[in-house]
Amino acid sequence: MTNKVILGLTFMLILIVPAMSLHASAQTSYTITGAGSTFVFPLMDTWRVDYNKIHQNIQLNYQSIGSGAGIKLLEQKSVDFAASDAPLSTADQQKAPGVLTFPDSIGAITIAYNIPGMDKGLKLTGPVIAQIFMGNITSWNDPAIANLNPGATLPNQNIVVAHRSDGSGTTYAFTDYLSKVSPDWKTKVGQGKSVPWPVGTGGNGNAGVANIVKTTQYAIGYVELAYVFQNNMTYAFVQNADGNSFVEPTLDTVAADATAASANLPAADGDWSKVSIVNQPGSNSYPISTLTYVMIYQDMSTINGETQDKSTEVVNFLTWILNDGQQYSSGLLYVPLPDSLKKIGEDGLAKVTFTGGAVPEFGPIAALVLAIAIVSIIAVSAKTGLRFSAKF
Amino acid sequence: MVDSLISNIISSKCVMLTIKMKKGSPHVDKIFKIIALAAATYVLVIIAMIVINLVTGSAPVWQKEGISFLTGSDWNSVEDRESYGAFPYIMGTLVNAGIAMLIAVPLSFGIGMFLSELSPKLLRTPLAMVIELLAAIPSVVYGLWGLLVFRAYIQDWIETPLHNLFGDQSIIFAGTPFGLDILTASIILAIMIIPTIASISKEIMLAVPNSQREAAYMLGATKWEAFRLAVLPYSKSGLIGATILGLGRAVGETMAVTMLIGNATGAAAIPTSLFQPGQTLATIMANEFAEASQGGLHLAALVGIGLILFIMAFVINVVAHLLVAKVVKSHEGAVLA
Repeated sequence: MTNKVILGLTFMLILIVPAMSLHASAQTSYTITGAGSTFVFPLMDTWRVDYNKIHQNIQLNYQSIGSGAGIKLLEQKSVDFAASDAPLSTADQQKAPGVLTFPDSIGAITIAYNIPGMDKGLKLTGPVIAQIFMGNITSWNDPAIANLNPGATLPNQNIVVAHRSDGSGTTYAFTDYLSKVSPDWKTKVGQGKSVPWPVGTGGNGNAGVANIVKTTQYAIGYVELAYVFQNNMTYAFVQNADGNSFVEPTLDTVAADATAASANLPAADGDWSKVSIVNQPGSNSYPISTLTYVMIYQDMSTINGETQDKSTEVVNFLTWILNDGQQYSSGLLYVPLPDSLKKIGEDGLAKVTFTGGAVPEFGPIAALVLAIAIVSIIAVSAKTGLRFSAKF
Repeated sequence: MVDSLISNIISSKCVMLTIKMKKGSPHVDKIFKIIALAAATYVLVIIAMIVINLVTGSAPVWQKEGISFLTGSDWNSVEDRESYGAFPYIMGTLVNAGIAMLIAVPLSFGIGMFLSELSPKLLRTPLAMVIELLAAIPSVVYGLWGLLVFRAYIQDWIETPLHNLFGDQSIIFAGTPFGLDILTASIILAIMIIPTIASISKEIMLAVPNSQREAAYMLGATKWEAFRLAVLPYSKSGLIGATILGLGRAVGETMAVTMLIGNATGAAAIPTSLFQPGQTLATIMANEFAEASQGGLHLAALVGIGLILFIMAFVINVVAHLLVAKVVKSHEGAVLA
């Protein structure tokens, strides 16, 4: 009885071990792993499906767990790339040296409001928005708002301010803009993924803020562009940097702002921590715009278990999203990358290398250890007569 | 060796049995002992690991802020301006849970009293089942219902009339009422903990021996007098235990509260008015943990919040044990006297 068990197990191992090594060497399909931004997820998911149609051996596994968590995984070297709405901070750069950063899409933040009877197009300037979110302008018929909107009938009602309660790239970009246009905001509140809001109610996610604004009369909040369009919300036109017009947020006006910013952007291996594209010149530039980024290690062998072949496929995929992939953007209400921004990514991807020595495959080693363990357990138990089950 | 074992199997079963009883049982005993010990150590190991992680993870923020992490009300995670004080969130947790308990405890005891003393037997089982069903609803469902449905009623029927009646002069009804505030969060929280407290208090009251009630009735007691004289003294410690269980859930509840409490931060979150957005220890963690920066103190501060919450839960449990023990003791004394 026991002899037969040992024999059977030995045969199984003889069959399994070569099969596992064979499997490892003949592998042709790859799963690219990425993690991070929830903002870019709908677009990333479209890319996943459409890239797989062209390259059937490539699967993308993208976890939309939030920008910060994506960066965390990149620092732990456990994903091929991270996607983030905010660039690496100086501290993060020290934790993950040698990371390339380049934009893969553009977002915009709209000022959504709910005033019964009023359509989109309330005119606001940056400083006025800052004063509202600081609680210094508390009523809709405040002269500061009324002067910008001659002819509009503004109600004598308290403004209900809604902001994000969770840390987010949207807040990062919005407070970036307010810090640039309002010195008052810069000194008292500042810029970050979560900031000390002087007033207001926090909603979780874009959906949370959008819900507060939609269901609460006389509310104001900042919401990502796509959410506002999809939910038919009313939103403000914001004064441009030149101060000569109030710009409606559309895919075109956001692209205009990003194009105006592209001349001053660093290369992919440069320092992105202070990069901001808000408030760019141009009469048609919507000022509250922001980039969303892809981050990868320049030396792909840094990542645990990476192979040279797979790293090539990762670069191919990322090159595709910068070019062919951009055609899916506008359908999903993302702003397609202008050529000047594409170039940053393409130049960066050209620098990607794979220097490390071949990483040993895990499969055969694991099988060997398993085989030794099983054999020794059987041997020991046969010798000592230890039984785990009843004897009869 | 193997051969001898096989020959053993072939030999008569009686012989096998005696061999097995003699040789096998010490092994089985040992294995049983090891498994039981492992299961018991598991609890201690997990708690120790949690404490170690919380303490080491939050050490940087205690070093920087010291005691003002508990007493300060500034909460700022902006780079180069970092400053963390958990006082508003400690207060928020206590106020939120406190109001919820004020609503939930009398209601739950009422439910328990009805089910154990007054309700017809036919009604008792279905009602108890419905209450237990309520306890099984996930908190996210309560949260969404509160956010999308209940909030509008609170705003129109409770908050606006109260605000119009007392105005901004009264402190606790000041502010623009629009439904996402401490009051709404507390009411939803109360609704969530009522099933827990009610079903346990029902069980406890039912466990009181019937002879006690009969004795009271024989002395001419009414239903209420019988309850007060016979049932209440017996179930006091159990009812305190049920309340504490509810409080434990109220303090730690995250999902539904985050959706409804309004999530103010820093000094703005110190609860003064019922109609004001607040924040609790659990919700600030849920809100900010995912995107907390790796470099600065933000993550450490949130872990520190976790430590405070852990200690709070620990204290609640210890106090509960002491209270129950005290009540049991005094009750025994009364019986002896």
